[in-house]
Amino acid sequence: MIKITELSKAFGSIGAVHEINLEIKKQEIIGIVGPDGAGKTTLLRMVCGLITPDHGQVLVMGKAPDRMEEEKDKLGYMPQRFSLYGDLTVSENINFFGSLYSLDKKTIQDRADEILGLTNLIAFKNRLADNLSGGMKQKLSLTCALVTRPDILVLDEPTYGVDPESRKEFWKILYRLNKEGKTILLSTPYMDEAELCMKVAFMDNGRIVSVDSPANMREKFSYTVLELKSSIKNSHVLRDIPGVIDAYFYGDSYHIVTPKDRDNLQFIEAALNERNIEVFKLEEIAPSIEDVFVSLAEKEVV
Amino acid sequence: MRRIMAVLYKEFLQIRRDRMTLGLIFMLPLVQLLLFGFAIQTEVKHISTVVFDQSLSADSRDLLESFSASGYFDVTMAVNSYDEVTRMIDSGKAKVGIVFPPDFSENVRRGTSAAVQVFVDASDSMVSNQAIAVANFIGMIKSQEILTSKLRVGAAPYDIRVRPWYNPDGVTAYYMVPAICGILVTLSMVMLTSMGIVRERERGTLEQLMVTPIKPYELMLGKTLPYIVLGYIQITVALLVGVLVFHVPIKGSILELYILTLFFITASLGLGILVSNIAKTQMQAMQLAYFIFLPSILLSGFMFPRDGMPKLIYYIGNLIPLTYYLDIIRGIVLKGIGFSYLIGQVISLLVFSVVFLTISTLKFKKKIA
Amino acid sequence: MEDIIVTHDLTRSFGKFVAVSKLNLNIRCGEIYGFLGPNGAGKSTAIRMLCGILQPTSGTAQVLGYDLLNETEKIKRKIGYMSQKFSLYDDLSVEENLEFYAGVYEVPLKESKSRVAEMIEMANLTGREKEVVANLSGGWKQRLALGCAIISRPSLVFLDEPTSGVSPTSRRMFFNIIQGLANNGVTVMVTTHFMDEAERCNRIAFISGGRLMATDTPDNLKKNIIRGYLVELAVPDALEQVGRIEALPYVSECNIHGPLLHVLLEHESNAADLRTVTGVEPKMITPSLEDVFVTLAKS
Repeated sequence: MIKITELSKAFGSIGAVHEINLEIKKQEIIGIVGPDGAGKTTLLRMVCGLITPDHGQVLVMGKAPDRMEEEKDKLGYMPQRFSLYGDLTVSENINFFGSLYSLDKKTIQDRADEILGLTNLIAFKNRLADNLSGGMKQKLSLTCALVTRPDILVLDEPTYGVDPESRKEFWKILYRLNKEGKTILLSTPYMDEAELCMKVAFMDNGRIVSVDSPANMREKFSYTVLELKSSIKNSHVLRDIPGVIDAYFYGDSYHIVTPKDRDNLQFIEAALNERNIEVFKLEEIAPSIEDVFVSLAEKEVV
Repeated sequence: MRRIMAVLYKEFLQIRRDRMTLGLIFMLPLVQLLLFGFAIQTEVKHISTVVFDQSLSADSRDLLESFSASGYFDVTMAVNSYDEVTRMIDSGKAKVGIVFPPDFSENVRRGTSAAVQVFVDASDSMVSNQAIAVANFIGMIKSQEILTSKLRVGAAPYDIRVRPWYNPDGVTAYYMVPAICGILVTLSMVMLTSMGIVRERERGTLEQLMVTPIKPYELMLGKTLPYIVLGYIQITVALLVGVLVFHVPIKGSILELYILTLFFITASLGLGILVSNIAKTQMQAMQLAYFIFLPSILLSGFMFPRDGMPKLIYYIGNLIPLTYYLDIIRGIVLKGIGFSYLIGQVISLLVFSVVFLTISTLKFKKKIA
Repeated sequence: MEDIIVTHDLTRSFGKFVAVSKLNLNIRCGEIYGFLGPNGAGKSTAIRMLCGILQPTSGTAQVLGYDLLNETEKIKRKIGYMSQKFSLYDDLSVEENLEFYAGVYEVPLKESKSRVAEMIEMANLTGREKEVVANLSGGWKQRLALGCAIISRPSLVFLDEPTSGVSPTSRRMFFNIIQGLANNGVTVMVTTHFMDEAERCNRIAFISGGRLMATDTPDNLKKNIIRGYLVELAVPDALEQVGRIEALPYVSECNIHGPLLHVLLEHESNAADLRTVTGVEPKMITPSLEDVFVTLAKS
């Protein structure tokens, strides 16, 4: 569906893209993750033809995106930040957006009601978009993008600031659209969402470092992850243990990353006891995409 | 004080970085002055004139010469019928038509009143008023000449000589340059201050400032002081151009002018802050600024003399700060008068400032809603 | 511990819409207090009221011992606030923004320089002091905004969704900074949609539809809110199975959780039934905060 070859775009210090190659097949859900300023937004904008690349090319259904005026309604794009009309109400925005894609009123109405209902926005239908909170605005943008249902959906951080429950509902909708044949390309800062993509492309410093399915990524992860529940308040003590590559907060526990080749569990447990660190629970766990992310982004200057 | 300084410094940094606005602040006085000074002439000369002379006599020629010599009429076309005169005026080729009847010369000699018809295209009132006035005047003078020569008196009984003071040559630029200074200050102060504050509201930085201990008046002072400086820079540029390009003589004291200007600046700032209180977006602020700006141009005496205005309009003009400032700046620059003649105007501006600033400060709350 | 914020029936409506309804909170000195809830639940409205920039419709509160209705300006001197919308000056540099807020909070001039340096260090902005903010990426901006909010060394800080839209590594760093503040005795009230951040709060308030649904420590919430028997199910195509499993009579809830499903059963014995239906062995788990969130948001 989308073929990206040797794509480059130079900017100032952030958001540049270097020689990216990526192929997206029909009916794929592909997620782009990476540190802030890695170039995710720039890449997505080039896919939509909003930024002209310096080198290389993007082909969407065999055509350059800025040459596909006729097929424009086959490509839907939702920008990262709110870009609808603050002085129109929620439903006026949806109607306007839908009619740009020449949908009839009834279709717009039906689709919108369904999505607004699922994301609990239906009660705010007649509110001016300006008076919505950040997360609600995001839901509105999402609704607009989903109402039009083009063949390819490009979504830039679609769930920015959206609450966890609505995010789950939103993903159900994405999956359903995907079943109906839509191809979806999105970026996300949420690792649990990355897990739901069929393929994840990890971007860093303008380059794609790794592309694979989440399962394969976890499989290929070359370290062992230990989960520790403890009363300590700071991960520094853990990082000082020899053999520990990284240690960080993860939900209500710590993740300790160690090399694969040793019998780490005993070793770490002994080291913790030695340092009088109370251990409620210590076990080896399967790495999550977030662990993969943290290790890939290790060199990130944050 | 520390807080005011902080806002002040921040504003200066931002203005310095905003090259576009900074450029406009300097270009605006230049462009406006050159436009108004060169292009706009309130006095109309060289009106194209067509003649249908049926008399073809020395007398008709003599009168025609007087028309030409006045400089107001360019007699360039002569035709042979009424129809042609009408056609010329209809088509816009001529603004004025002069028709001498066949018996013109005989009537002059016989001493009976000799009629001359003057047609004026009144669709442009500026031109027609001037043409009518000058034509009447020429007619009067000519008649007088003939009368006096017939009566064989040495001179006419009255000799009224009008001496235009302050601007003897009637140079438009002299009149306009000081006024443009006033217009510039209105524009910059109202527009820039209101936009400056509304921009912070739009961007969300105002919300951040609301949770700080800053007091409304501190914020206002810090935000507006830099614009006062800009206002003075604009006036200076405008006056310099006026003196160097248009040779406007500045008769009064510059120091006095700059001091009295402060009162006008505060009044305009007050208006700007008031606008920023009402407007929620920069778009609205801009429109409101125009809402103030247009009447300022039309009713303050900037372009049209206020004396001729209907009573109601005249009183509305009294509610515009620029009206008073024009008196001040024209007075000082052209007439060389001083503060003692302008007390009334200064007090009016002071009242405006106090009223606008009080309303604004009372209305500005450190709350979103 | 003494309470730094006490609210009594704090209410705010906009026209007919009640954004916050009779909110009663006690926030203790020195704790990280998480504010959770669906979008539009009234979190930002509540925080804006507590900061003194939004007038409550009714009810009252004491913040730092001051009366919220009459002593707002005194409160403003001692708090820091970071709004949801990024609210720094894009056209100023990192240093200039910090200097500006140091001035607005009347940090003595002598101290200003060292305070700015301290904030740059705290927020990990070293090396970017002269960079214009417009050129910074999300995580950097957010940390700078925090620096500006706490340059006056407030004892109470309100952070409204400070970590939305930044990468996982940036978020982690941000929360480490918050933790550091709390360790130094600053009380932090923070709203977030990230459950791992919520876990790091001392206590959490969950609000929905403007009402307080629950407030407690993360551990207690996980123990007390969910009634039933929670299992994890590692089915392939988890997202497509949600509807089918939710429809089972003994399933009270089924939600996607990363690549897994979390299924809330009515009885322990239902686990066997679930295995028969799905062919996958359910694994009994203790609820996570996300489970709690979803349950509370749906009730």
